[in-house]
Amino acid sequence: MTRSVETGLVERTGTFQLAGEAQGSALVLSQALSFWGGVDVETGDIIDHSHPDLGGNVAGKILVMPSGRGSSSSSSVLAEAIRRGTAPAGIILERPDPILAVGAIVAEFLYEISMPLVVCEIAGIVSGDRIAIDLGEDAQATVSTI
Amino acid sequence: MLELTADDQSMLHGEQGSAAAAAMKILVAFAKAVGARKLLDIAGAHIDGCLYHGQASLDFVERLIEGGGRVRVPTTLNVGSFDLIHPALVKMPPSQEAPARRLMKAHLELGCQATFTCAPYQTRFRPGFGEQIAWGESNAIVFANSVIGARTNRYGDFIDLCCALTGRAPVWGLHLTENRRGQVLFELINPDLEPSDSLFVSVGLIVGQVSGDRIPVISGLPQPRDEDQLKALGAAAATTGAVALFHAVGITPEANTLEEAFHGMAPDETIRITRADIGQALARLSSVADGASLVAVSLGTPHFSYDEWMRLLPLLREVAPGRGVPIYVNTGRATLTRLQDEGALAGMDAFGLIPVADTCTYVTDILDRLDGVVMTNSGKWAYYAPGNIGVSVAFADMKDCIRSAAVGHVARGTP
Repeated sequence: MTRSVETGLVERTGTFQLAGEAQGSALVLSQALSFWGGVDVETGDIIDHSHPDLGGNVAGKILVMPSGRGSSSSSSVLAEAIRRGTAPAGIILERPDPILAVGAIVAEFLYEISMPLVVCEIAGIVSGDRIAIDLGEDAQATVSTI
Repeated sequence: MLELTADDQSMLHGEQGSAAAAAMKILVAFAKAVGARKLLDIAGAHIDGCLYHGQASLDFVERLIEGGGRVRVPTTLNVGSFDLIHPALVKMPPSQEAPARRLMKAHLELGCQATFTCAPYQTRFRPGFGEQIAWGESNAIVFANSVIGARTNRYGDFIDLCCALTGRAPVWGLHLTENRRGQVLFELINPDLEPSDSLFVSVGLIVGQVSGDRIPVISGLPQPRDEDQLKALGAAAATTGAVALFHAVGITPEANTLEEAFHGMAPDETIRITRADIGQALARLSSVADGASLVAVSLGTPHFSYDEWMRLLPLLREVAPGRGVPIYVNTGRATLTRLQDEGALAGMDAFGLIPVADTCTYVTDILDRLDGVVMTNSGKWAYYAPGNIGVSVAFADMKDCIRSAAVGHVARGTP
């Protein structure tokens, strides 16, 4: 659900695939990105030559995209990127993705770094928006523009 | 909502050790993400976790060992980045060799079997029809589902090991009968196609490319000589697409009839495959023309079966290539041991034969020379090797590969 408040602040409720809190600048991708073959773990750069956001960088961003994509090796790449600090601060998806969920959960288990993974409506989020992901009521995710 | 049994809960809450708890926690999150309502018992697992992709891969396994992790079902291992049987073959700096070897050995400490093969269906751990399993490695997955009729989804990174450590998998996808229905029909319209190895590779390439992640049904395919031709078809389909299950009418166990393959429903789409399509698919696998000078031959992707060896060895004796062009053959260590016990490989090095175990020539640095053309009979190798190791590839049947090795250049279609 999306709710506009008088201040212009927009708040959405979503479901956590991995719970956590994060803030950052939104990077909204029109197409799903495969971390394996798509993201350089040393830098966070998008390196998939067939992706419209080639040359962008996911590190520290709130990555927003419709879904995950591609090989299960993306779990390893995401976990390794989280370990190296080149991963997004949080990921928001429209549809749940088992491969990214596994990567994020494994990284939390190993390194105690939680990179929240949220499933919610993404329409209206624009690249460059400051986004906060918070723990809401009933273990729901709250996504707000700040 | 995901319904867990008392035993699942006990693992989740750490009563069976911290490794089982971590594995169950990850499995539960995965199950929720795929929309499963329950977990099921699995009879076995195949782990594609031995290729070293970075520190996180090794950290994960080490933590499970520290947490007392132990697989609960018979669990085989896919290839690693290293040939532990022939260490001198791998050209790897010590800084990479140590973690690559450790990752393979660490899996053994969790109770996995030291198979190190991408063809676990060739081992004594081969599953049976209808068995629920959790397998990684795309060619193994498609073989288990299609040729054997065992049931697995495309498991991979971390989650395959979580299934093995808990003995459980989510109830979803190809574990369920209703989701094994064929979706796209591929009709081979030339009735007199010869069941050559290349035919099965080309059909696999086409089917994978068009199907994506839908389930293909192939009609008009000639009876294969053996299951190795279906292995090649599945491996190719899982290379160009995300095919986890195919049905071949009158050949694979869930497709005695077209009707059975489609569960009595109509195909969503019908594609005709002509002789010209087959020729084009094969032509795309080769980046060089006949006559190009060869630096190596690579066979056995997926791993060469015992039956394939029994066809190769007489061919080597007959054609008797010299040592000029090395002939690498990737195979499982169990198959290799059997051949050595039988004395089958004695003297074969004179023909340039170099057996490779535990790994594969396109995932690690084994080939002596990369500055030229490598010939292969594998659609999968031909597809991935140029990107992985930077070689040029010529694809052909095994016989042409060996004859080409003898003359030192690509020579196809020789009598």
